[in-house]
Amino acid sequence: MGEPEDGAKPKRVVFVTVGTTCFDVLVKVVDSQEVKDELLRRGYTHLLIQMGRGSYVPTKSTGDDGSLDVDYFTFSSSIADHLRSASLVISHAGSGSIFETLQLGKPLIVVVNEDLMDNHQSELAEELADRKHLYCARPQILHQTIAGMDLKSLLPYSPGDATPVAKLINRFLGFPED
Amino acid sequence: MPITVQISNSLRYLDFKTSNSNFLSQSFLIICFNNKILNQIFYSDISSYLPQNSCTRNFVEKAQEMEKCNGVCFTNLSSNHPITCFMAFTTIMLFRVLYVIYRTGMPLGKRATPQSFSTLIVLGSGGHTAEMINLLLVLQKDRFTPRFYIAAATDNMSLQKALVLDNSFAASSGFKGISAEFMQIYRSREVGQSYVTSVWTTLVAIAHAFWLMIKIRPQVVLCNGPGTCIPLCVIAFFFKVAGIRWSSIFYVESIARVKRLSLSGLLLYKLRIADQFFVQWPQLQRKYPRAHYVGCLM
Repeated sequence: MGEPEDGAKPKRVVFVTVGTTCFDVLVKVVDSQEVKDELLRRGYTHLLIQMGRGSYVPTKSTGDDGSLDVDYFTFSSSIADHLRSASLVISHAGSGSIFETLQLGKPLIVVVNEDLMDNHQSELAEELADRKHLYCARPQILHQTIAGMDLKSLLPYSPGDATPVAKLINRFLGFPED
Repeated sequence: MPITVQISNSLRYLDFKTSNSNFLSQSFLIICFNNKILNQIFYSDISSYLPQNSCTRNFVEKAQEMEKCNGVCFTNLSSNHPITCFMAFTTIMLFRVLYVIYRTGMPLGKRATPQSFSTLIVLGSGGHTAEMINLLLVLQKDRFTPRFYIAAATDNMSLQKALVLDNSFAASSGFKGISAEFMQIYRSREVGQSYVTSVWTTLVAIAHAFWLMIKIRPQVVLCNGPGTCIPLCVIAFFFKVAGIRWSSIFYVESIARVKRLSLSGLLLYKLRIADQFFVQWPQLQRKYPRAHYVGCLM
């Protein structure tokens, strides 16, 4: 995975999502030539950007001349479909987007928004990166992360379980254990 | 037969003297409010001829000890009655609050007959709602009925999701009738709102939260992080203090919090409002030992 293939290029989509937030820095960065070149080098053919409430509009490209096919939209009710058809997801650090992607088993790079005042979001991304479930990047070094990533080394994320909480709540309220 | 009242300012002792002699035979520790005696515990002078069971004797010793320690004597302060009443009321409230805090976190007794609790579920946005739904999926629905879902008025998605979820419960259990209600609550401050106008909106939000809580009077409160849960939990705590409704408050800190608690979580933990406090990362449990580590919900 991640290596360029010869012959007829299969469609390999990079899906960028910022959720319901405004994260122009990320959109700008993935639209930069540096990142696009790196993605092309790693064998990706399409770049689809969900730009949310941001105001920066990326440049569309059809990718006929061997460059990356770039497309964007603001919001969609079918984010899950886009995630499912993606080969790589680049996401903001919202827990919703992170876990939706991980549970679909897609390779993920989380880019932390450094402009947020209370930047607790990086905690989750860094913890999951330490546990090798995803890559965590800052906007400035995204192209280096893409160049250096080894998707085979990522560990699949096993979905969590709420039964311990339910058990404790039931015990607290005096319900019999089942 | 007590007739003369002597009130000490700081400790609110009332002394009563018997009508037929000026001899101080009994002393009462009395807490009064609006001239009505709410609570009275009496102790007698050792010299008096009251029945001396172990309980009164203990109390006599304690009271005399207290008197010595504080250097307080029974002084005549009949003029500042309202102040005394106010202080007495404050003392009662303080003791009640301390009692509620002491009881908070103590499990309810074992239930012989199956009972269901009216449950308030506070929904947040995005990730918060997803975590709450994961929790609701594994809770026995018949034990948590009726369910009241509350979300911020600006957040339509969360209630929509809860509605779909709860309908699936109803369909699977075959339960007919109203088992769930969906409500919206005003937020005290929207993102980007100015601080001047947020004073007014906060007051409106608190009044609205109060109105909703009076209608619901939940026995169980489930929340996992959004700021809207703070007024609701504080009101639930107030209901406990006032004796309106005893509720068990469960708080699950968001999975996004790995090293530090959110402001809502910190408040509910430090003020001991939450009966049980769950965290999803072991680092947090080490930092906040009263929390329960439960692993990831997502």
